[in-house]
Amino acid sequence: MTDVTEAVPVPLTTRKDWSSDQEVRWCPGCGDYSILSAVQMLMPDLGVRRESTVFLSGIGCAARFPYYMDTYGMHSIHGRAPAIATGLATTRPDLDVWVVTGDGDALSIGGNHLIHALRRNVNITILLFNNQIYGLTKGQYSPTSEMAKVTKSTPFGSLEHPFNPLSLALGAEASFVARTHDMDRKHMMETFRRAHAHKGASFVEIYQNCNVFNDGAFEQITGKEHRADMLIPLVHAEPIRFGAEGQFGVIMDPDGSVEVVLVADVGEDALLVHDEHKENPGLAFQLSRLSRGPYEPTPVGVFRDVDHEEYGEQMADQIAMATERRGPGDFAALLRSGSSWTVE
Amino acid sequence: MSDTTIEPTHHQLIDRVVIRFAGDSGDGMQLAGDRFTTSSALFGNDLATFPDFPAEIRAPAGTLAGVSAFQVHISDHDISTPGDSPNVLVAMNPAALRANVAALPQGATIIVNSDAFDDRNLTKAGYESDPLADGSLSAFTVYEVPMTSITTESSKEIGVKPRDAERSKNFFALGLISWLYTRPVEPTLEWIAEKYVGKELILEANQRAFKAGYHFGETAELFESSYEVRPAVLAPGEYANITGNTAAAWGLVAASIRSGLPLFLGTYPITPASDILHELSKHKQFGVRTFQAEDEISGIGAALGAAFGGALGVTTTSGPGIDLKAEMMGLAISLELPLLIIDIQRGGPSTGLPTKTEQADLLHAMYGRHGEAPMPIIAAKTPSHCFDATLEAVRIAVKYRTPVMLLSDGYLANGTEPWKLPDLESLPEIDPGFATGPNHVEEDGTEDFWPYLRDEDTLARPWAPPGLAGLEHRIGGLEKSDGPGNVAYDGANHEHMTRLRAAKVAGIAADIPPTDVDHEEGAEILVIGWGSTYGAIAAGVQRVRARGLKVDQAHLVHLNPFPADLGDVLKRYERVLVPEVNLGQLSRLLRAEYLVDARSLTQVSGIPFRAAAMESAILQLIEELTAEKKAEDDEEGSDR
Repeated sequence: MTDVTEAVPVPLTTRKDWSSDQEVRWCPGCGDYSILSAVQMLMPDLGVRRESTVFLSGIGCAARFPYYMDTYGMHSIHGRAPAIATGLATTRPDLDVWVVTGDGDALSIGGNHLIHALRRNVNITILLFNNQIYGLTKGQYSPTSEMAKVTKSTPFGSLEHPFNPLSLALGAEASFVARTHDMDRKHMMETFRRAHAHKGASFVEIYQNCNVFNDGAFEQITGKEHRADMLIPLVHAEPIRFGAEGQFGVIMDPDGSVEVVLVADVGEDALLVHDEHKENPGLAFQLSRLSRGPYEPTPVGVFRDVDHEEYGEQMADQIAMATERRGPGDFAALLRSGSSWTVE
Repeated sequence: MSDTTIEPTHHQLIDRVVIRFAGDSGDGMQLAGDRFTTSSALFGNDLATFPDFPAEIRAPAGTLAGVSAFQVHISDHDISTPGDSPNVLVAMNPAALRANVAALPQGATIIVNSDAFDDRNLTKAGYESDPLADGSLSAFTVYEVPMTSITTESSKEIGVKPRDAERSKNFFALGLISWLYTRPVEPTLEWIAEKYVGKELILEANQRAFKAGYHFGETAELFESSYEVRPAVLAPGEYANITGNTAAAWGLVAASIRSGLPLFLGTYPITPASDILHELSKHKQFGVRTFQAEDEISGIGAALGAAFGGALGVTTTSGPGIDLKAEMMGLAISLELPLLIIDIQRGGPSTGLPTKTEQADLLHAMYGRHGEAPMPIIAAKTPSHCFDATLEAVRIAVKYRTPVMLLSDGYLANGTEPWKLPDLESLPEIDPGFATGPNHVEEDGTEDFWPYLRDEDTLARPWAPPGLAGLEHRIGGLEKSDGPGNVAYDGANHEHMTRLRAAKVAGIAADIPPTDVDHEEGAEILVIGWGSTYGAIAAGVQRVRARGLKVDQAHLVHLNPFPADLGDVLKRYERVLVPEVNLGQLSRLLRAEYLVDARSLTQVSGIPFRAAAMESAILQLIEELTAEKKAEDDEEGSDR
């Protein structure tokens, strides 16, 4: 038999095809622009269809993202995009569902939905724009702001210990966890490509500069002149090594913690070899806590990429199994599934 | 032993009886009541039930707080309520007696488990003296039956543990009542055999206890008579005894089939709504997806996401859950996507009375969102009507691309009545009418899709789930322009869109039936209600009519918008009475909308209205009206 449902090839597209006609309204100089370009430039490469792509967001500066993509999209309410995405991705496994969120949206008001979407391994790709500040409400501290930060709502300094988004995601059983930053389009594209390819929930933290309310928050590590010595690229199965001359590396101490060392001091063989696919999240967790903030050498790239069962697929399997076992739904039989009787 | 002949027991026909089974939460009274109901249903009686249980799973044994009761009304004719007051109370311990005795009319029958009436239990129930001995029950016929000891004795020889043997005493009570009211025994014995398959000792103990109760009635010479309630005359067909929650769940399955939309339920467990989740999760062969979310917000959020993707998105909740969902309802109103919110109302505010009924969420459904956020509201009136109401709510949601609130309550959710099973083909078809292509041509001739270009008749916008090329679009909670749907902040557009959203919901009035009035020529009083008060109002109206007096009844299923003729209907009456299990919410809406002097009759005691309360309220209005007319006549007379 010939296959009558021969797939229509995915049309070739360019960045322009993925850009909507809406004027982009972020502040000039905002890091969001470069993230948007990276996504729009990546899409033609992914071999996916515009009509099968959905961008969902909550509230915040980042949440305007869907308006600028010429795909299906929804700009929803604060913190709830992972919940909405769960319903969509579970009922429509044929779609590519992206969630665009920020540090306030994902980690403050929407923290509950984020951790549960990750735990369930719903097939969605979450891009968290972390600028460590509330931008849309004009400059209050966020759950990723450093302690003692002086903002409009903390004139005497913030009293709150910040979240480490990657540690949080790993603690929430995320099967794909990565970090990139808005100053390196190539790295963003590669990271997003990996996140998209992953089956289940993918979590990407993007260090994003808010040039109005928190300018330069990541400058010490993402600035061109600092990058080589301050960003630690994670490459699967490779020793973790960085620095302009490759002079730095990461080792694991006998107590299981990781630290940055001079390669010359320990020797190449002592360096920790990265393993994205380790089922035990311990290594990824240690790496997520190697840096205490964006002023110390900080790993970027894929921390964890493991193959877990995807939520929607499992739900579809249960439906298939029930249908196989009992036959397709018979409504008349359903009505008679308890005690029924006949009146003549 | 003497050889005196045993008097043959009398057997009396009665037209109806109300029985209340009461005991500790762990005594299995709900089960006993439920089984009695099922065998009565199979026997052909009309019936209505009212389970009444505490919020605690196991409150301290023997205390008033732990008393769980199940009331069933069986009849040989059409009835609409579980009965005002029980003719028979089965009390498994002193607390069950004390908690329920006030509900009994004089002359009622009380059957107690006399084994449980020891000092300890009497003290726990707050009795200072033994009511079985102190004469305080002299207005009733009291039967003392040592249920625990006979039950234990009945299964002694099979080697079941004493504790397990004792737990069968609910089946003893059930057996005794089954004899007293001439119920068939086979269905219950078979049910026990099925239910406890694999636990042979418990199965045997339960069957023995049941038979022991039945035989006790037959042989103990305690009871002067057994009774029989003949089958009711019901329209021919197949029937099932159904709770409101099961009816709603099956209504959702039916709506999914009739619309071709896959069903997605996003919900968070909450009493008394969880049974809809439990029921639907069993039926995956219908393509049903049930999602137990991390919280109430996620439940409705996921349902809305599913609706965006072209599924039938549903969320269920109760009490505080409805507060938490309010923001997402506002988004659904702004997105104009079909979504069903089922609210099984319970006593509030806050955690309130989780297991007790109330209908106090009407104004929340109507107004409980920020901004001008109109939403259609449907209310079910009986347990089985939850099925039809669900289909109607889905019809409106899909046709008008709007969230719809379906109101049920704890009484409907857990109460039962016989339901004539419908044919799938007789149910309304629901056309999703998805967008199929571009709907707009730009000036330069290119085709485009405008997500907010409305249907002229319904004012509904197109529903275009992802997947079709050329229809890509973005929607959101920000105000959008009429037509293209792009973000728009200007005041004139917001004014226009606000009025459009209101007009769309108001316009549904042209698409629903006129007010259903049970009318008698010459009636000057209308009793109008909504939701679960239907049965009590109907019974009250029947009582008044039985006195030869005139009164009309109307019951609203559509609460937003109201039927188009409602204002005219209300103005035809001298008096309008609005009974509600809240502090007067519908009456407030009717007064505001139609400037009628609607009188409110309210009760918030966690239990449904009694027919007697309805009757006396109506009689009072009739009296008032008669007196007023007489005064007018007298005045006219004196003027002459």
